[in-house]
Amino acid sequence: MASISMTVNGHPAQAEAEPRTLLVQFLRETLHLTGTHLGCDTGQCGACVVHVNGAAVKACMMLAVEAQGAQLRTIEGMAQADGSLSVVQQAFQDHHGLQCGFCTPGMVMTAAALLAENPKPTEAEIRDYLEGNLCRCTGYHNIVKAILAASGQPVDPAKTAATP
Amino acid sequence: MYEFEFEAPTSLAQAVAALKTEDSQAIAGGQTLIPTLRQRLAAPSRLISLAAIAEMQGIQQASDGQVAIGAGTTHAEVAQSAAALYPALAALAHGIGDPAVRNRGTIGGSLANNDPAACYPAAVLGSDAQIITTARTLSAAAFFQGLFTTALEEGELITQVRFPIPERAAYAKFAQPASRFAMVGAFVARFATGVRVAITGASETGVFRWEQAETALAEAFSPAAIEPLSIAAANMLSDMHGSAAYRAHLVKVMTARAVEAAC
Repeated sequence: MASISMTVNGHPAQAEAEPRTLLVQFLRETLHLTGTHLGCDTGQCGACVVHVNGAAVKACMMLAVEAQGAQLRTIEGMAQADGSLSVVQQAFQDHHGLQCGFCTPGMVMTAAALLAENPKPTEAEIRDYLEGNLCRCTGYHNIVKAILAASGQPVDPAKTAATP
Repeated sequence: MYEFEFEAPTSLAQAVAALKTEDSQAIAGGQTLIPTLRQRLAAPSRLISLAAIAEMQGIQQASDGQVAIGAGTTHAEVAQSAAALYPALAALAHGIGDPAVRNRGTIGGSLANNDPAACYPAAVLGSDAQIITTARTLSAAAFFQGLFTTALEEGELITQVRFPIPERAAYAKFAQPASRFAMVGAFVARFATGVRVAITGASETGVFRWEQAETALAEAFSPAAIEPLSIAAANMLSDMHGSAAYRAHLVKVMTARAVEAAC
């Protein structure tokens, strides 16, 4: 067993885990932060994306021990202190950027990483950045609109889906 | 995954010493190795992480003008930090996998794995880069030895890759639509001394130089110079994503596109 400590959403976290424990398992099963989803389990789908030292990573492609001492941010750390949604999360709601919601934690974390890197991305840049995040419900259009809106850019009304 | 022990040495010397223990395996970004372990296709007793070794990090321009990239540098960092020094290389790094993979995967890990559909081998062979290891300096031609096979000995680690900077260069990748690996990728580099064309993704023997195209491009560096050429399908990979003949065709198409982008 290894003693693993990291800072998750601003709070120190420490637990024992086998070195073979994946970061996603450590978050979900040890720290009980089940907002990070395990989708494909093969590194393809991006539902498990979290931020490690500010960079988006797939938590099923990283060992928990590799995050020793790191600053992590998960979907649980995205909302504001008063519980209201972050700009990205609110935009997903406003633009109906989800249906079943399974991919959403990863989508939101990836979108937040994109906007931190590139505050005013073009639609093409958004689509390119979402390459590693699969959504089987929305067809991506509303996710792209949500991210455009979250960046403060206009969303073409002709393309906007009816409010659900 | 089977059980293993985990160590994270902070110097190259410590890592080399740790790898001498039987059944130890180095892990860089783990973007290939972790899925491989999970499928139980590998079962080392100890993983030696290279992530904490400062000597393997970073990008710098050497006094001879070459760009030296630490083996532990991630694709994302190459994409960003090499953009001004070697734009074609930075663009190639930006096209690997997806953003999350680029934040973990490293140039050294990619080269040591030598996946026949990986992008970096094309840049290394196409640029005639040197691979610096814990034991020696290898030319690109000596380093790559076929599918998932390199000149690296047991316990030998890549520490740095040194790229000469061409006058013009570009990489054109036809991505396999699901995996985003190269179905065929062509790296074209024009130096004062000649042109190099390196092809990844296509061949059963891994990355290779298309010498016929190099000769034609040395005479006239334009997509039109590729037009009359063709490459045999005999040694090309063939799978559910594309036949050998299809890949041979793509070699020509992607080489012409790389030349066009480099012009």
